[in-house]
Amino acid sequence: MKVQVTVVPKSGVLDPQGKAIAGALARLGFPGVGDVRAGKVFRLEVEARDAAEATALAGQMAEKLLCNPVIEEYEAEVLG
Amino acid sequence: MSAGARPRVSVVVFPGSNCDHDAVHAVEATIGADTRLVWHAGTDLGRPDLVILPGGFSYGDYLRCGALARFSPVMEAVRDFAAQGGPVLGICNGFQVLCEAGLLPGALLLNSGQRFRCEDVCIRVETIRTPFTADLTKGDVLRLPIAHGDGNWRAEAQTWDDVTTHDQVVFRYCDAAGSRAAGANPNGSLDDVAGVCNRERNVVGLMPHPERASEAMLGNADGARLFRSFAGGLLARRTA
Repeated sequence: MKVQVTVVPKSGVLDPQGKAIAGALARLGFPGVGDVRAGKVFRLEVEARDAAEATALAGQMAEKLLCNPVIEEYEAEVLG
Repeated sequence: MSAGARPRVSVVVFPGSNCDHDAVHAVEATIGADTRLVWHAGTDLGRPDLVILPGGFSYGDYLRCGALARFSPVMEAVRDFAAQGGPVLGICNGFQVLCEAGLLPGALLLNSGQRFRCEDVCIRVETIRTPFTADLTKGDVLRLPIAHGDGNWRAEAQTWDDVTTHDQVVFRYCDAAGSRAAGANPNGSLDDVAGVCNRERNVVGLMPHPERASEAMLGNADGARLFRSFAGGLLARRTA
């Protein structure tokens, strides 16, 4: 089963990359762009019986390794 | 010093560490240490008086700086050593590893200016209640080199409360006169923090490199003061 974990800097945590990207987008003529958060995407193949188990597994992986909860937050979703 | 009195220092080597030999050289030159390099896959630290996690780019800084090194087998031994009160010093990437491992509070983010900074900075001693600052004076200014892209130390509100309540900020960036000034902080860290310790005060991490500034011959020996402070305290503890 394929699961996707998305990790981004928590709101309230300064994201220098996101800020730079927001600035570049504004210069490119996208004035309506507000806050930008630059993060990471992990696509994982996991062995799971169903979507709930796959999501739970991905959540554990995020909490143990993929995401640092001091500065980041994550979302896990099943891709199928 | 007799052989028995030589401080035993173990320096951990992760794949991608690049300041390990500098650390070995610095403690040999400054405090006559009996040194040992410990490969990350090992779990035997020897019987050290001090463990140093050196600077570098462990595991290529993949995922997050220090995030993968934290799971090296040697970190179990470091964790046990620290839990028994053993002194641990994390320098630059070593600081990042200690934060990722939860042995130190907070986390290190990309520098606020998004650039890798490689230059000399001044840091001020904020507490002398650690093995590495015990012989210094609060307010002392050290000039030390930095070389990092991710030195922007952050902590959540609750953690920051704990850190300040328990006097865990060890160093802050400052100007040459010891004042916290705009422009003195190279990475945007919270409250100009350059180094912190754990609640028990035996684990210390800092972004600047004392091992690169430990000999007058190299133009600056300020870093040696941290190692000498450690060695001075060790002698006192052994004879106590």
